[in-house]
Amino acid sequence: MSRRMPFFVVLIAALCAASGLFVRPPGETEAVAAFGRLPILSEGRFKPLDSLARSTLLVIQGKQLVVTHDKVTGDRVELTPDQWLLDVFFVPERADAYQVFVVDNPDLLALIGQTDDTVAIHYDTKAKQMLALFGVLDTRRRRFSFDEIVPHIADIEAQEKLAEPVDPQTRTHFQSAVVQLYGNLSHYVRLRRAFVPEGSTDFLGELLTLQKNLAEGIDAVRAKEAGKPHDEAKAAAIIDEGQKFVAMAESTDLLAIPPDGDETDPNTWHNVGHALLESFGKGEINPAVLAYAGMGYAWSQNQQASFEHVVGLYASSLNTHFEKQVKKARIETTFNAAEPFYAGMWIYVTAFLFAALSWFKWTEAARRSAFGLVVLAWVIATVGILTRMWLEGRPPVTNLYSSALFIGWGSVALCLVLEALFRNAIGTAAAGLIGFATLIIAHHLALAGDTLEMMRAVLDSNFWLGTHVVVVATGYASTFLAGVLALIYIVLGVFTRRLDKATADALARMVYGIVCFATLFSFVGTVLGGIWADQSWGRFWGWDPKENGALIIVIWNALILHARWGGMVKQRGLMCLAVFGNIVTSWSWFGTNMLGIGLHSYGFTEAAFWWLSAFIALQLAFIALANLPLEKWRSFKA
Amino acid sequence: MTEYFRQLRTLFVSLRLTVVLLALSIALVFWATLDQVHLGVWGVQQKFFHSFLVFVKLGEFQLPVFPGGYMIGGLLLINLLSAHIYRFKMGWRKTGIWIAHAGLILLLLGELVSGLVQQDFQMTLDEGGTKNYAESNRLNEFAIINVTDPNFDEVVAIPESVLAHGTVVQSPKLPFRVVPRGYYPNSEVQMRSQVPGAPPSPATTGMGPMIAVTPMEVTYKEDEHNFPSAYVELIGTDGSLGVYLVSTGLGNPQKFDYAGKSWKIVMRPVRHYQPFSITLEKFSHDIYPGTDIAKNFSSRIRLNPPDGSIGREVLIYMNNPLRYEGLTYYQASFIGEHTTILQVVRNPSWLVPYIACASIALGLVIQFVIHLGGFMRKRRRA
Repeated sequence: MSRRMPFFVVLIAALCAASGLFVRPPGETEAVAAFGRLPILSEGRFKPLDSLARSTLLVIQGKQLVVTHDKVTGDRVELTPDQWLLDVFFVPERADAYQVFVVDNPDLLALIGQTDDTVAIHYDTKAKQMLALFGVLDTRRRRFSFDEIVPHIADIEAQEKLAEPVDPQTRTHFQSAVVQLYGNLSHYVRLRRAFVPEGSTDFLGELLTLQKNLAEGIDAVRAKEAGKPHDEAKAAAIIDEGQKFVAMAESTDLLAIPPDGDETDPNTWHNVGHALLESFGKGEINPAVLAYAGMGYAWSQNQQASFEHVVGLYASSLNTHFEKQVKKARIETTFNAAEPFYAGMWIYVTAFLFAALSWFKWTEAARRSAFGLVVLAWVIATVGILTRMWLEGRPPVTNLYSSALFIGWGSVALCLVLEALFRNAIGTAAAGLIGFATLIIAHHLALAGDTLEMMRAVLDSNFWLGTHVVVVATGYASTFLAGVLALIYIVLGVFTRRLDKATADALARMVYGIVCFATLFSFVGTVLGGIWADQSWGRFWGWDPKENGALIIVIWNALILHARWGGMVKQRGLMCLAVFGNIVTSWSWFGTNMLGIGLHSYGFTEAAFWWLSAFIALQLAFIALANLPLEKWRSFKA
Repeated sequence: MTEYFRQLRTLFVSLRLTVVLLALSIALVFWATLDQVHLGVWGVQQKFFHSFLVFVKLGEFQLPVFPGGYMIGGLLLINLLSAHIYRFKMGWRKTGIWIAHAGLILLLLGELVSGLVQQDFQMTLDEGGTKNYAESNRLNEFAIINVTDPNFDEVVAIPESVLAHGTVVQSPKLPFRVVPRGYYPNSEVQMRSQVPGAPPSPATTGMGPMIAVTPMEVTYKEDEHNFPSAYVELIGTDGSLGVYLVSTGLGNPQKFDYAGKSWKIVMRPVRHYQPFSITLEKFSHDIYPGTDIAKNFSSRIRLNPPDGSIGREVLIYMNNPLRYEGLTYYQASFIGEHTTILQVVRNPSWLVPYIACASIALGLVIQFVIHLGGFMRKRRRA
């Protein structure tokens, strides 16, 4: 049992983690998956339609899988992101009934005609009722369909107009909620009109007819413009189509149509409406537009075989001029399906449990299992981060989301070093905690939209992103690690008898060493930021909130070191200071963004404020706990 | 006396003081960061960092409640210097600390100097336009320009603060006195016809009587400007010339003739003239396709040296400033498609933080490597 346990534990975890690569969810046929792999240009970068579907769903409903209920039968229906996107594009009347718009704000619920009674969920079994009571199951419906919301659209629009001019930092909950919902609805409507004009029932047929009459129609329009005799009906038909295409071109920002002919410049991709308008000049309809219309027809008529055929044809036609984009889109889709950070999150939790177990039972086997699991999760995270870097062509940290990934990765790397040195499962326990926490944070940050977003011009410098940001993030990571080690010291000491003198001294040495490391990295990182600022804006130090946050971390670490050198704190004092370092770092990481000012004020989330406050309160509680007189501790008893 | 000195010395060399000062500096930076929402970066620097004491307004009084940046920085400097003089011994194990602390001293002094001497200006240039001056972001002046000689302008510039104070200005270059009659640090300037029911204007001549001025709250936001307005009466030897309205919101200067000379008066941002001029040849601005996110922006400029020779072309873009004659030009922002805004900074001590920080980083690395070496040796023995 004990010798082979680590091997089997890691093997099972690895198999579970890899399952996303090989097992396709039901409903996601090969053709649907191939559709998801098609590249488009959106938000400034090429991405697969799959990524568009996933990030849109994360923004509007907070999760990737669509779970809805059939309008007639009330049966539960599950859809993958790609299936949902296909319905939005090509069968909008079906998609409008999917419950995907999150509404939580009570005032906003009232605005869309919902009351406590209409949204309440009643469970039939006692067990489910208990789970709902404890918040494991939802007690009320949170997601609503476009059909349910649309009757109230005039009210939503009016409220949005009132709330929109208010500064985002000073908006009330209701104002933020209504602005968010309105944004989500218009995003959805733009998607719905990306490939098929509003109200069109057979767009492919329409385009084929147009194709046939195009040459004669254009002649008729030219003759009309020149004041010559012409066929009025044909000219009017063409002008009518043209107006429809102008409306389409204006209602979407999805650049899905590659240029015709031998053009390979990515800047020449157009949206469908724009590409259709070009038909009048070229005398023929862009084949990619026809391909998408064909996919739409086949999908709406439920003709699986022809859908698969058209997707395949279009994909291979793209390969001639845009091979690089196709390849990237394919790898990004695989990356999406593998969900490496989601898998990593669960492995970190398991690793933490094994590490904790090792302090009480199966000491060595559990410790090695925990270590193996952390290594596995860390390797998965490494591959994930490297893939993101390759997709983006950027250093690891480019926004708040990737900073969470990297801070977790860096902390865990340090933990692995500690564990290799000390072999007492404390490094792996810390790794499990930090790895899990940072990935949870990253998961919630992903709700803001595409996490591979383009860099703003001010930050567009791979050299400085690669040096300043990475080093500062390492400084954050190590400061957090010192804090988490201190938490382990306090919890083990107060609640268990496990903290003997040897473990306590080892922990103190770890914390001290990590604080030294953190001082160096946070200082160098902050200075590199100053140099970047001097190179870019002409001031070494601008007292920008994020700069101040980093400065506070440096000073705090310096304070810990000086307090220890001066003998002002002993072991427990050191631990308290290190725990307070968590507060300092979390404020610098997220709190400064909440001020909404300065160059670094990207990615503000409202819910984050609540979580940050809760986190700070928790840290203060641990500091208070550490200050209990030693007699109350369960460890350190003679 | 010696006893008192010894006590003071003990205080100043103690690590306890260091820790207290570090804690105070954290509190100061934290408070200042929160206050930025109200005061803006510049206001915060004046209130918290470039000051000995932080004052808080309590009713009518300004009470000093916290040590400011100069006080904490100064005490840290004294603490550090006296610790090195009295407490530290030389020795190779301390080299890291010596180097790091030397760098820290340099950094503190460097920040002090740059806080005192650094100047910020902006230069707004249209394509094809040439300027030999940059304008202050915050400070304004009331300029009285003698334009009688077509080849030469003689300028008398009165700082905004003098107008605010109401001080009467008399200059040997002017045939009249300047008497401030009213001043608003921020205001909205509109045509009188657009503001029904506006109170009568104190202005009696020039554009003033046609304009309605509404006082506004002073803004500290980085993306907003204050538009100061003032009423000034010009009084010559034979009586008043009338009360003029001047404001940065007005734009073009107002002209009049007096004492046989032609004059222009205008409220404008303080100018910093330089011996050379800059021409904007082309401003480029790219966005990511299908979005409105700026991808990059750059200004191709021509630098025209004072000797009149043909200058060189320089491309200024993000992260690539032009350093010339002690001034540094950065791509800061833009207006529309053809107008660039360059940030102009004079900071003679810009090199100091580089040296200081390199020295601190080196010191830390040396010190921690020494520590790590000790730790590894101990482990190997254990």
